Amino acid sequence: MAQGWGLGALINLDHYGHYIHWGVIQVSVGNFIVMVLMVASFLAALFAPFPGRRNRKGAK
Amino acid sequence: MSTDIERQWTSRIRHSVVDKLPPDKLLPDTQPAYVASWIYVFGVTTMAALGVIILTGIILALDGPQWWHSSTLGHFVNSMHLWSVEIFFFAMVVHLWGKFSMAAWRGGRSLTWVTGAVTFMASILAGFTGYVSQTNFDSQWIATQAKDGINSTGGGAFFNVLNLGQMLMLHIVLLPIAAVALTGIHVVMVRMKGVVPPFEDATTEVSA
Amino acid sequence: MTKKPFRPDVDAPVYKGPYVPYDIIKEGAIAVLVVFILTAALALVFSSPDEKAVTIKTWSNADAVDFAQTAGDELAGTSAVANYGAPYNNNGTSQHWGFLSPEKWIGVRIQINTTNDFVIDPLSAQPAQPALSAALSQWKSASSATQTAWDDAFNKAEPNLTYSNGKVNIPTKAAGPIPVLLNYETQMARSGALDQALVTQAGFYTTNFTKPLLFVSDGTYFAGLAEKQHLSGSQWGMMNETGQYPGQAWLWLYTFWYQIHPYSTSASADFLVWGTMMILTALMVLVPFIPGLRSIPRKIKIYRIIWREHYAAKL
Ligand code: HEM
Repeated sequence: MAQGWGLGALINLDHYGHYIHWGVIQVSVGNFIVMVLMVASFLAALFAPFPGRRNRKGAK
Repeated sequence: MSTDIERQWTSRIRHSVVDKLPPDKLLPDTQPAYVASWIYVFGVTTMAALGVIILTGIILALDGPQWWHSSTLGHFVNSMHLWSVEIFFFAMVVHLWGKFSMAAWRGGRSLTWVTGAVTFMASILAGFTGYVSQTNFDSQWIATQAKDGINSTGGGAFFNVLNLGQMLMLHIVLLPIAAVALTGIHVVMVRMKGVVPPFEDATTEVSA
Repeated sequence: MTKKPFRPDVDAPVYKGPYVPYDIIKEGAIAVLVVFILTAALALVFSSPDEKAVTIKTWSNADAVDFAQTAGDELAGTSAVANYGAPYNNNGTSQHWGFLSPEKWIGVRIQINTTNDFVIDPLSAQPAQPALSAALSQWKSASSATQTAWDDAFNKAEPNLTYSNGKVNIPTKAAGPIPVLLNYETQMARSGALDQALVTQAGFYTTNFTKPLLFVSDGTYFAGLAEKQHLSGSQWGMMNETGQYPGQAWLWLYTFWYQIHPYSTSASADFLVWGTMMILTALMVLVPFIPGLRSIPRKIKIYRIIWREHYAAKL
């Protein structure tokens, strides 16, 4: 798209995409990255320590 | 006696609302100590993304459906609209996985799950109508492909994906109203019941 | 407190532990800020795709042969749309599973007659030109048997149709007025007039693009563009976006069914996939009520990680 006042893409994704083929499965790299990030976020949310629970040890 | 007042529709509704959702339940300042995980932030993140979707959608609506093809500012707002949708679905799916892992429907919260799942479906429909309202090659292709699926159910006779006017109206009026209303119901239910407690190994008591 | 037995996947234990300060409004405000900044950053860095729409004008100029062949199929009633069945017409076999065929039950609601809607009517609305008027009246006054004979002759010659010097050449003498009609139709298409004629059939204002979209979708040019963008059904295209952008990844399961047997080989694939997805969706919505399904989280024990502080504190 037009670059007008600098609002165009810094990284242009408007090329033909790349695709991962794995048996019957075909997925675009864009979608694959999104899915991997989703799983990673889920795992991070499970395992990352949650802040603000300083003195919980003796709470009960 | 104030029986007349107590019998009023007005006062009865107020009482039942305040009973079910008193202010300190609607906007609590504490949470049970077990609410200590990043997984809890994905619901709010989904809501925040919905907010950005609606904000950018309103800006796009101001200038009409063709504006973003010709204006760099319009294209930028369209980009924000698209990326907030990606974040919205991203956060919603992680939220869903989290709530499933916690079996967060326990203790009378099954309708919270059901409204969440229905919101997911409404969101997919909202996303889809958005894709077919783009007025570009992508929308042409998606519409001509999707028609076969919808036609096969008989729904295509009433929900014509090739009719831009119908799709755009659904996308910018009816489905956003549905998504926001469903989210509202969903979140109010969460507040009414409080956050689901952890599984315990041995329990005999049943909470309300 | 009732005396009913405790069902661990339905009932929740009563929590008697401590409460800690938690500022939900601040949490929400931070979430809005973070999502807003992230969205703006992604929009700035990656922008968004916007491939120009295909028009009948661009199509017929890029590939006049494909256009003329498609227009001939619309006229002769051999195109995909001409043989679609409900909701457009009565010509096809509807998708079904056993006796279930909602498409057929609901019937024709968006009447499309490709011969008239895509070719004869738009040509009839053109300013009168002797050759065109003659061809049109020859077509309109012919018996349907004669029309069918012309159609058959056209279908035989169709693979050898060429376009040169602004003219469509169909190597047959037996197709009656069809060559003349297709010549005018192609001229009309290449000038952009056909795009207009197809949308304005409904009157002055229009927001309905059913006819031009169906017409465009019958050609191989359109599908070829989509194929290049990896958008076709057999390429899991429903999930994909043009360019390298992520698309509707959440449609992965819906898209998946189309790739495997028996869906991939069925003439009623759409109906079978939709049926399957409706059942699965109902299962998801109703998880809390389905014994077995609702016990999965307790068995896979991810909750132990989420609530690890709680369980640690209890020891
Ligand atoms: C527009 C989409 C959605 C929004 C904005 C949303 C928002 C929220 C919020 C803010 C909460 C409370 C905070 C939290 O625990 O994260 C919540 C809780 C919950 N959500 Fe959602 N949600 C959405 C979709 C869903 C979906 C798709 C499901 C599952 C099918 C779901 C199931 C639940 C459940 C069961 C709870 C209760 C949690 C508990 O009691 O601990 N939600 N949702």
